Amino acid sequence: MIKVEHLTKSYRGFTAVDDVSFIAQPGRVTGFLGPNGAGKSTTMRVMVGLTDPSSGSATILGRPFAELPNPGREVGVLLDASAQHAGRTGREILAIAQRTMGLPRSRVDEMLELVSLTERESERRVRNYSLGMRQRLGIAAALIGDPEVLILDEPANGLDPAGIRWMRDLLRGYANRGGTVLLSSHLLHEIEVIADDLVMIGNGRIVAEGTKAELLHAAGTVVRSGSSAELCQALRNAGLVVSASDDGALRTEASAEQVGQIALNSGIALTELRSSDNAGLEEMFLELTAETQREGAAA
Amino acid sequence: MSTLTQVPVATEAATSRPTYAPIPRRRIARVELIKMFDTRSGFWLMASIAIAALLATAATILFAPEDELTYETFATAIGFPIALILPIVGLLSISSEWSQRTGLTTFTLLPNRSRVINVKVMVSIGIGIASMFVALAIGALGNIVGTAIAGVDTSWNVSVQEFSLIVLANVLGMLIGSMLGLLIRNSAGAIVGYFVFNALLPTLFMTLANFKEGFRDIWPWVDFSYAQGALFNGDPSGEEWAHLAVTVSIWLLLPLLVGLYLVRRSEVK
Repeated sequence: MIKVEHLTKSYRGFTAVDDVSFIAQPGRVTGFLGPNGAGKSTTMRVMVGLTDPSSGSATILGRPFAELPNPGREVGVLLDASAQHAGRTGREILAIAQRTMGLPRSRVDEMLELVSLTERESERRVRNYSLGMRQRLGIAAALIGDPEVLILDEPANGLDPAGIRWMRDLLRGYANRGGTVLLSSHLLHEIEVIADDLVMIGNGRIVAEGTKAELLHAAGTVVRSGSSAELCQALRNAGLVVSASDDGALRTEASAEQVGQIALNSGIALTELRSSDNAGLEEMFLELTAETQREGAAA
Repeated sequence: MSTLTQVPVATEAATSRPTYAPIPRRRIARVELIKMFDTRSGFWLMASIAIAALLATAATILFAPEDELTYETFATAIGFPIALILPIVGLLSISSEWSQRTGLTTFTLLPNRSRVINVKVMVSIGIGIASMFVALAIGALGNIVGTAIAGVDTSWNVSVQEFSLIVLANVLGMLIGSMLGLLIRNSAGAIVGYFVFNALLPTLFMTLANFKEGFRDIWPWVDFSYAQGALFNGDPSGEEWAHLAVTVSIWLLLPLLVGLYLVRRSEVK
């Protein structure tokens, strides 16, 4: 479990993280979302003791990170896959972690196999690794100590679609076995597919927080029909706020169940009815973080 | 594969969690030693110490006049390049954690930064002493071979005390490297700092002493390399030891403490 309480980090005249509190529960994947520069990485660095907070605290498994006797055995950390000595081989980098934590040497090979880095690739210097390979190596280094908690900053960066799928399954399985996973991303789809809980941050502050189901439910419903205008009218008659998009889809904040019932009552056949998951999350993200968007415009 | 299957099902009351033993100092030292050798640049830096010793020995055999083919001549010739390289070894072991950004991993696996720095400095001192013994052996070999080629008597005119003083001088030099690495925390910057310290500063002090009569008496109390020089000449006087103590405090202990304070507080990015 990771517990962040009233965490604030300010630099001269600039508050990077502003009174952030949340809990990442065991057995769940917590997605940490926010635009570039929202304070995700700073929060994560504070969690693992690389940055001192101005006020507030972060504890992992009930203790501040610095008090863990052998942190690698309890918390797997991947903050930046490129922060490695370019002159070391992948195997050497894992061996350093393995030795530091006091693990058997066989763990290095087990981890290389787990992240699908071949024998030959492991003997190459990291300078010659692609970003995807570095990311795999970083995940191997985070997992080598068999920790209970994983803290990963943008782990999907640079992975190909198969790699992203692989990582998703890996983290899902890890959480299902009781592990705590906190991963940050600005890739909405990625987070949406894997996360159970969401923490959304903008301008250093938490703008939304909850289970994915709760947050997406709030995002509303998308519905289509052969007779769009008729359906629109029926929904409006029922007192719902409806917006129509160019492609004929209608969007409303009501639940799918309610929309379906109205359509049935009005005798309108539907061609599509779903909660507006992906687009909803994206819309919510853009709306909630509007002030901090570099582009300045909300959706 | 026993990878993740052992992760206990952590609940709120996960008191059955295994408790892990703290990481022993010896293990950190071993890892730090490996880290000094396992990169190509690290390896060649270490190798360059032995290579420089061999070259200096060969040059002494070739160019030194016969009556000066003594152990002291060899020791001096070998000692010079080593004294130059050793501080860079100590310096890089610290500064590269920031320049190569490996500190991100190192300081998450070992959150107590002063402990890590402490071990790094200890390992550097160990390497410094060990390489002096390597130099001693290469010099002895050169002395035997050199005098045999020239057909003169082999003379062993370096005492244990003199050798100890040279080791001390080199260890101090190496610590200067560690100090610069810690204070500047950037490999390129720290190496520049090292050459400023090693070449520019003594020249500056000498010039100052030449022009300012009043500075001449203060000079030995503020110039580290001046004070360090007494160790190479063998048998320093009580006053020379005092010079050393004062300059070491100014140029080594004080900046080391400042560096340690900064490292503990600074952000690792």
